[in-house]
Amino acid sequence: MTQTNGTASWTNPLRDPEDRRLPRIAGPCGMVLFGVTGDLSRKKIMPAIYDLANRGLLPPGFSLVGYARRDWNNQDFAQIVHDSVKEHARTEFREEVWKQLSEGFRFVPGEFDDDIAFGTLAHTLDELDIVRGTGGNHAFYLAIPPGFFGQVVQQLKEHGMVDSQPGSWRRVVVEKPFGHDLESAKQLQAVLNDAFPSGSIFRIDHYLGKETVQNILAMRFANEMFEPIWNANYVDHVQITMAEDIGIGGRAGYYDGIGAARDVIQNHLLQLMALVAMEEPISFDAENLRAEKLKVLRSITVPHRLDLTTARGQYAEGWSGGVKVNGFLQEDGIKPRSTTETYAAVTLHVDNRRWAGVPFYLRTGKRLGRRVTEVAIVFKPAPHLPFAASATEELTRNALVIRVQPDEGTTLRFGAKVPGTAMEIRDVNMDFAYGGSFVEASPEAYERLILDVLLGDPPLFPHHEEVEQSWTILDPILDYWERKGHRPEQYPSGGWGPSSANAMLKRDGRTWRRP
Amino acid sequence: MIELTDTNSSEIAAAFVRDRIRAGSPAMGMVLTLIVVVEDEEAEEAMACARAASKEHPARVLGVILGDGRGAPQVHAQVGIGQGWTGETAMIWLRGEVVKHPDSVVLPLLLPDSPVAVWWAGNAPMDPAHDPLGALAQRRITDAAAVTRGKQKAMHTLCAAYSPGNTDLAWTRLTPWRALLASALDQYELPVTSAVVTAERISPSADLMAVWLRERLKVRVERKSSKGPGITEIVLETKKGPIRITRLDGKLATISSPERPDRPIALKRLEIPALLAEELRRLDEDNVYADVAKAFAKKSLS
Repeated sequence: MTQTNGTASWTNPLRDPEDRRLPRIAGPCGMVLFGVTGDLSRKKIMPAIYDLANRGLLPPGFSLVGYARRDWNNQDFAQIVHDSVKEHARTEFREEVWKQLSEGFRFVPGEFDDDIAFGTLAHTLDELDIVRGTGGNHAFYLAIPPGFFGQVVQQLKEHGMVDSQPGSWRRVVVEKPFGHDLESAKQLQAVLNDAFPSGSIFRIDHYLGKETVQNILAMRFANEMFEPIWNANYVDHVQITMAEDIGIGGRAGYYDGIGAARDVIQNHLLQLMALVAMEEPISFDAENLRAEKLKVLRSITVPHRLDLTTARGQYAEGWSGGVKVNGFLQEDGIKPRSTTETYAAVTLHVDNRRWAGVPFYLRTGKRLGRRVTEVAIVFKPAPHLPFAASATEELTRNALVIRVQPDEGTTLRFGAKVPGTAMEIRDVNMDFAYGGSFVEASPEAYERLILDVLLGDPPLFPHHEEVEQSWTILDPILDYWERKGHRPEQYPSGGWGPSSANAMLKRDGRTWRRP
Repeated sequence: MIELTDTNSSEIAAAFVRDRIRAGSPAMGMVLTLIVVVEDEEAEEAMACARAASKEHPARVLGVILGDGRGAPQVHAQVGIGQGWTGETAMIWLRGEVVKHPDSVVLPLLLPDSPVAVWWAGNAPMDPAHDPLGALAQRRITDAAAVTRGKQKAMHTLCAAYSPGNTDLAWTRLTPWRALLASALDQYELPVTSAVVTAERISPSADLMAVWLRERLKVRVERKSSKGPGITEIVLETKKGPIRITRLDGKLATISSPERPDRPIALKRLEIPALLAEELRRLDEDNVYADVAKAFAKKSLS
């Protein structure tokens, strides 16, 4: 049931719902890539396309059209893709796969305001429909700064490339940032929506394509033993962390003025929080999943005293993992008086019966101790401990940790007796590791998401209502930071963030995990 | 690697635990036990394949080599874990009377609760579900193309003995072909009037393909011979013209169909580790294969 192009009554006799070996292969289609030279295209999108082809999941005739301000021909473009695939693809390079793909490469040189070039692009798509059999189905991947979306989408519209013929589709794919506040997010949606219907707009949050994130749903809703304790009766608080050990690298132009909260909390962390906190959806189709995510996002509230419940910082010069590194304000392209934060921590509450009184602490930062993303459900202490106080000194809270990356898996932390004659209890870890095993064979998030775009399968893409709701949550915090006008606290590179973030949890009688 | 001569199951089990602790417990989170039944000469290669497949499905892999059944019973084993992969492995050589009771050796070594799969890397028993080792497993993987005795009849024998949980790599090899055919037909929504499968003269996969097409399409399916490798062409006739997939080199296919340009598509013959990994992905009954196997058994008898 990968595609429908006609009468609903016809069923393909070669398909059988019982036949679960048959992979989902996209129907005839092509993709137009804007922003061919960017990191995203070269490191993620092009390798993912190759890997999909290698796994036999792309249709015969799949075509990739590059559009950029470069004086290239088709061969030059093919060479760029070739280099990117050789360097970054997950699966081995095979000549026959390359041959299948490379026949479908086209390149259209032009600026975003170049009418003639967009005319050529429209013509190229028509030609591909004939010589490659792409059937009028094309996805436009805007791997370009959002400032250009309007222009590109308008051009696509003016040149008749957004109107699909009956039985075929046109889709647009965009990456974060989805605006920088509620207002701009709505504008962005309006711009896209002007040319594409809501169901044809695919927003990529690559976290949602990760196996471990999808596994949150499996763990919560396929098992009996977690659900009874998944609430305020047993859970003390939740910590969601996304830490990077690197600095901003060459992204100064993008990052200055955006900052950690907009870059990470608004999308990845709030999406993770929604998956952890939401109620059970009626089913896992896009509409029902979104309904539950939206519901929980709408019940999220921000504390009144933002001075006590949020923290922000900038990494200072220092030593990170044995390497001497610059501070944020010394990075190339960053204004020396920039107030953009590279670390942000916020406290959120969920106002519903399940989570009343359980704070969710979200933090993200650059140049922290190590690269890690995890969700930690920290449980309340046992109501009564029938041991001598000295026996349980080393016992902390039970915790269930969902390790999103790296070292994907789940850890359960609980107390156990230290071997010996005395009764002494200490924390131990019980690990489930996807690590090194499942991971190797499991697809990259981008493979999954690009395939879903081509199949028109939307559950893993955040809807514009979710995006806007996330801004509604974050905007008051961003406003407060802006109003207060304080410079973010400097924190040493290679550590675990500013002292104000530690103080923020200390006020609540808690501490951050060292992930 | 721990070497055990004249041993038994409890010593092998103890060796697993000892080796795991010594290696810092890397082999945690194993999801299944895979028994590999193999001849001594092919053992190394088969174990390498099983190890590769266990990257996707961390497993305890037990290689069982059934030796000469005469004489006093003897069990030798080599136990090892780690070394660049995710599970545990043991090679177990049986000689003498115990060859008839390999299940007694393997049973104590199965992981608790987890599913068990058995793979006959070479010759398969006539009735896998009633083989002593086959009876321990939920998934019984044979390979009709790998048997050395009675190649032509092997597929038929295995289909005739079909039991839920049985599967054959000859069927697994068809998945890419079947996926391609199904998605090609999606584009036309036309009834198929007849079909032709062309392949090497002896090709259990091609025979299964012909039966699958016949069962699903309810049309006559012709089976033609070529030099191979494997399946070289499949044609589905429709009233608009043929949908044709041709693959002459075992790697790159060409798909030609009505009103559409010819297009190349990579269709590489899958290697054993990839086939095994696919088999281990689902451990419940494969109903589609069940139908094909039953039809296959009937077909050749008539």
